[in-house]
Amino acid sequence: MTAPAETILEVRDLVKHFPLTQGILVKRQIGAIKAVDGVSFDLHRGETLGVVGESGCGKSTLAKLLMALERPTSGSVKINGREIANARGGELKRMRRNIQMVMQDPYTSLNPRMTVGDIVGEPFEIHTDVVPKGGRRRKVQELLEVVGLNPDHINRYPHQFSGGQRQRIGIARGLALQPEIIICDEPVSALDVSIQAQVMNLLERLQTEFNLAYIFIAHDLSVVRHISDRVAVMYLGKIVEIGRDSEIYERPTHPYTQALLSAVPVPNPEGRETRERIILQGDPPSPANPPSGCHFRTRCWKAQAICAEQEPLLQIRSGSDHPSACHFAEALDVVNAQ
Amino acid sequence: MVEVLSEPVGGGSYEGSLLEVDDLHVEFRTRAGVAKAVNGVTYSVGAGETLAVLGESGSGKSVTAQTIMGILDMPPGKITGGEIRFRGVDLLKLPEDQRRKIRGEGISMVFQDALSALNPVFPVGWQIAEMFRVHRGASRSDAKKKAIELMDRVRIPAAKDRVNDFPHQFSGGMRQRIMIAMAIALDPEILIADEPTTALDVTVQAQIMGLLADLQRERNMGLILITHDLGVVADVADKIAVMYGGRIVENAPVHDLYRSPAHPYSKGLLESIPRVDMKGQELYAIKGLPPNLLEMPSGCAFHPRCPYRRDNCVTDVPPLYPISGTRGSACHYWREVLDDGSR
Ligand SMILES: Nc1ncnc2c1ncn2[C@@H]1O[C@H](COP(=O)(O)OP(=O)(O)OP(=O)(O)O)[C@@H](O)[C@H]1O
Ligand SMILES: Nc1ncnc2c1ncn2[C@@H]1O[C@H](COP(=O)(O)OP(=O)(O)OP(=O)(O)O)[C@@H](O)[C@H]1O
Ligand code: SF4
Ligand code: SF4
Ligand SMILES: [Mg+2]
Ligand SMILES: [Mg+2]
Repeated sequence: MTAPAETILEVRDLVKHFPLTQGILVKRQIGAIKAVDGVSFDLHRGETLGVVGESGCGKSTLAKLLMALERPTSGSVKINGREIANARGGELKRMRRNIQMVMQDPYTSLNPRMTVGDIVGEPFEIHTDVVPKGGRRRKVQELLEVVGLNPDHINRYPHQFSGGQRQRIGIARGLALQPEIIICDEPVSALDVSIQAQVMNLLERLQTEFNLAYIFIAHDLSVVRHISDRVAVMYLGKIVEIGRDSEIYERPTHPYTQALLSAVPVPNPEGRETRERIILQGDPPSPANPPSGCHFRTRCWKAQAICAEQEPLLQIRSGSDHPSACHFAEALDVVNAQ
Repeated sequence: MVEVLSEPVGGGSYEGSLLEVDDLHVEFRTRAGVAKAVNGVTYSVGAGETLAVLGESGSGKSVTAQTIMGILDMPPGKITGGEIRFRGVDLLKLPEDQRRKIRGEGISMVFQDALSALNPVFPVGWQIAEMFRVHRGASRSDAKKKAIELMDRVRIPAAKDRVNDFPHQFSGGMRQRIMIAMAIALDPEILIADEPTTALDVTVQAQIMGLLADLQRERNMGLILITHDLGVVADVADKIAVMYGGRIVENAPVHDLYRSPAHPYSKGLLESIPRVDMKGQELYAIKGLPPNLLEMPSGCAFHPRCPYRRDNCVTDVPPLYPISGTRGSACHYWREVLDDGSR
């Protein structure tokens, strides 16, 4: 076994609570939405950490915290050993160059009044030393080509592109500064499968070439598996299971992970009427008012009295080989796991 | 006399399917030239049936849907040919007031871009309630009650507490569920869902697809599902239309297409799916770029990217060759492709 690569991103006890207010004239805070509620992990140079989990479980908020686009309620994020959560001004700008993001929503993240060339080339305007002014147009065209867009469309506006095409513009911009870490928030969700394959091959090629580290947020578990070295499963603001891709996909120990894997639609219609699934009962609880003890207990078919009383810590237990936040963690072979 | 639409359009008797798109052509007049976004799309969906529309990004799936809904941006968009028959009546010939009535109650749509489709300055509950106030004349409090019910139904946690929240306060997936709530509010006969679960995780996706299936059963609703998720398609579709460059390049019942695609583009799609045994390897990807709609390739639009290409593909546009009564492929060499099967 090779020694683990150097840690490039260190996240400890990261918390983000959004105030929940009531009243129209006088806003009173009546609680908090616990979007990210104590998340810790390391990311190594050149590695891909996949992040999966229910809609609203805090993945995008986590991404924004890592980018310092949101200030954390508490906890720390260190890039190359330096705290980004408190950085300001010039220091923040330097650190941000190292960590770039490809956004989830290609519709709102692209300025409708800027041309594609301006959008993709914008990082060069902020970080003027990366590419000399004369070479920028050429560089932007290269980036467009690399993500499968026609370089001749450099003067077009976002509304002239389809949803999938717009997502590629965001990817091109994320790649512009060749950062060490790229956070991809659903980078291929809006893309059709053929372009998705091109983009994933591209991301993997760039990773090898520049030793990039990725945090790869996606709903498609087969996509996450293909690209990730390790996978973190989130539920209601917390990581409930984390491990190497084979550990998560072949020997998941947390009931939520097991349900998630069994719900993956299989791209083959044969036998679809008889396929067995773990269908989760109940609604995802509100992050403003998570259940006591284990956050998953209201939907868990294995829940016992202790689950309401004690919060299960994210740790390795006797029944498993990787950290899981379940009192009764136990490997289960999920038939449908892709 | 002005005809009042007390009866559904077309009444009860019509031949063919509930909704039929027939040889539809749509162009965009841009400064750079004319973009032929939809070049003869033909598909149909019956009551209780699920049609999945698959296809390259930019192939005209959403523009076709917008044209069905009557919400195409005109200009720059222009419908240059074809018919859209709902219960046998060509919607393209109806006056706007009649179309408005059909929108929402007859045919309704879940939009691809959930955030931009929601109005950022109004609470989401208000926006859902508005449907009942405008279309059904419901009172404020009744409409709000209905809105909460619908938010519950699409599994927004603590719907009652969040009914006054604004769109930006919800996650991407929750916004998408709110869009679904608005689309099903008036119990439409046809629901067009444009990438409805793209932003959702699989457990909620499974629930939403289940919800759509329930609605479909209850109301015998026709569903047009636009998606690029070949897993979801395999799960729920009765039939599939594959689009490329503004055309249908293959249509087929779901089992036939997955078993043996008859067009090189559909075959390429199926082969691009990541599989466990491909981990660490490069994924199969269809080479090249999507076509430039301003300058469509001659002959078969797929020819610059096609591994089956022969000389005549560059000059002859392939018609949609019938393979069987329910299947067709717009490829000169469909037999060869069909014989190769999928991997
Ligand atoms: N600015 C905000 N104000 C209040 N609540 C917020 C804000 N941003 C996010 N939230 C809430 O925080 C929670 C986590 O949201 P987030 O966008 O991080 O989820 P997500 O995991 O990315 O979901 P999805 O998969 O749907 O994109 C949600 O309950 C959301 O409503
Ligand atoms: N308002 C517009 N002006 C000019 N061109 C447009 C306009 N709207 C759409 N188009 C073009 O029409 C073509 C079809 O777009 P459409 O949105 O239907 O694609 P799509 O198949 O839905 O793709 P995706 O899977 O990416 O959503 C695209 O090339 C797009 O650039
Ligand atoms: S701790 Fe209890 S409730 Fe939570 S996942 Fe494990 S068994 Fe289920
Ligand atoms: S007609 Fe020719 S170029 Fe077009 S898909 Fe068939 S083989 Fe390929
Ligand atoms: Mg998100
Ligand atoms: Mg679209």
